[in-house]
Amino acid sequence: MRPAFSVLFLTTLIGAGQGLLIALVCGQLFLVVGTGDASLSGGFYAMGSLLALVLLALGLLASFFHLANPTRAWRAATQWRTSWLSREVIALPAVMGMAVLYGGLHALGWDGALMHFANGKSLDLTMAVGFVTVLACLALFLCTGMIYACVKFIREWHSVWTVINYTLMGLASGFVLAAAYAASLGAVVTGLYAGTALVLIVLALAGRAVSLWRNARLKPLATLKGAIGAPHQNIRQVTQGFNGKSFNTKEFFHGKSPETVRMLTTFFLACGFAAPFVLVALGMGSAAVLWLAVMVQYVGLLAERWVFFAQGNHVQNLYYQRKA
Amino acid sequence: MANEKQLALVIDLNVCVGCHACVTSCKEWNTSGWAGPLPDQDAYGADPNGVFFNRVQTFECGTFPNTETVHFPKSCLHCEDPPCVPVCPTGASYKRESDGIVLVDYDKCIGCKYCSWNCPYGAREFDEVTGVMKKCTLCVDRITDETLPPDRRKPACVLACPPGARLFGDIKDPESEVSKAIRDNGGYQLMPEAGTNPANHYLPRRKTPSVVHEDQLQRADNPLSREAEPPKFGGPTIDDASQW
Ligand code: SF4
Ligand code: SF4
Repeated sequence: MRPAFSVLFLTTLIGAGQGLLIALVCGQLFLVVGTGDASLSGGFYAMGSLLALVLLALGLLASFFHLANPTRAWRAATQWRTSWLSREVIALPAVMGMAVLYGGLHALGWDGALMHFANGKSLDLTMAVGFVTVLACLALFLCTGMIYACVKFIREWHSVWTVINYTLMGLASGFVLAAAYAASLGAVVTGLYAGTALVLIVLALAGRAVSLWRNARLKPLATLKGAIGAPHQNIRQVTQGFNGKSFNTKEFFHGKSPETVRMLTTFFLACGFAAPFVLVALGMGSAAVLWLAVMVQYVGLLAERWVFFAQGNHVQNLYYQRKA
Repeated sequence: MANEKQLALVIDLNVCVGCHACVTSCKEWNTSGWAGPLPDQDAYGADPNGVFFNRVQTFECGTFPNTETVHFPKSCLHCEDPPCVPVCPTGASYKRESDGIVLVDYDKCIGCKYCSWNCPYGAREFDEVTGVMKKCTLCVDRITDETLPPDRRKPACVLACPPGARLFGDIKDPESEVSKAIRDNGGYQLMPEAGTNPANHYLPRRKTPSVVHEDQLQRADNPLSREAEPPKFGGPTIDDASQW
């Protein structure tokens, strides 16, 4: 498939935004249930939510560039009963709304206790809103992953690993970003974020490695025999029927050499996973190193998304093998 | 989706000669009709690109010297379980209950192209000029036009096909021409493993053997003398006698 830059930016940006929101809520939960007295100001969460909101908004903006008729985009929310794309169109603004609510409540300091527990702890309003925010983020990860995973004519995508990897990579980038953000403000949760980020990077790498391994062993969904229904083992296309281009020859082929795909695969494994792991592990606590990790990882994940698209080989390509 | 009526094409690969008359007549009718335009970009330049609802492809089957050439017209198959329809986020893609035709509402389509990813046949072609998805409509504006004589209410490709390789009708009506053709000639669906249950069917290539016996080469019933130069008679023949 042809990697569309609008979609590469959309999926990587909102992934990081969702990961950051989840990291913020995890940080709050960690401090609430922890035994220490440490806590963070509402401003920390509010600024963090704002940062996540900016990423989500940039992703939304990028998605508009994918549409040929963006003024009708509101219609895309109507078919949520059957279409994962429609569900994402609903979930993304919902997550943005939760980010505004979560950050806003923290900023205003509206944080009354909703419930008191026997051990003296309480469930505060912001914490409860935070839990809903996490659920919304996870729902959005599910929608984004399922958009690709449910396309059964692209075997490389049609797998549960697509959903798992979108989620893990989003979380990993979000936690690295959260670590950099916390380190810049000298917040107590820096170590928590950096440590979790390391675990998530390893998990995301493992998930992506499984999908690379799976893609290398896929059996095609169909052959030319079924595609044209001729009872022959040996069928060659003589002509696809035209010498120029068509949507079919542009949208479904990436047009780059297999070497380019291999090179970018190595690049994203190094830049999207190995390098940020090393930087986060060695740079514990140093904001500058963590921000560098954020940027290196983002570039790596963009390359990862490019390869994800390029490796998707659509069944229709059977019909477009030769111009003649 | 079980429609009472399902309009479809039946394409006889044994008859198709690969002339592309259906391709050009489709483009001609539809670019100026309800489903149009079907724009071309850089049509006369080095890098042409255009929208067509119907393409004719050619395949070579078998191993030399035992090969056969198959001309293969390809358009939307108006699947009975169309995977392209439920994925559309706007509801622009739909399947008509009344006759099973799969259509795109150009006023709703946002051009996200997601439907095209969910068609295994590459039957949908995106129109970059108007920014909406396009595909074969079975000439919905012709076949329902009551101002046309009944025998002209057929898709343009069917009317254009010189050898008559394309049939059109309701595959749910067991007595229709298409149902009979499918039944009698082993009509089949493309890529059944895709689970789309296409309405369009194809009729397979058929062998037309001709057995030639030795005695048919030697005209035993026809003495050699009859084929040789007629004998020269000296006097008037019966023809001469009849021509005075
Ligand atoms: S052939 Fe493709 S576009 Fe047409 S109905 Fe079937 S899946 Fe949809
Ligand atoms: S391109 Fe148009 S018809 Fe296709 S899925 Fe998107 S909105 Fe629906």
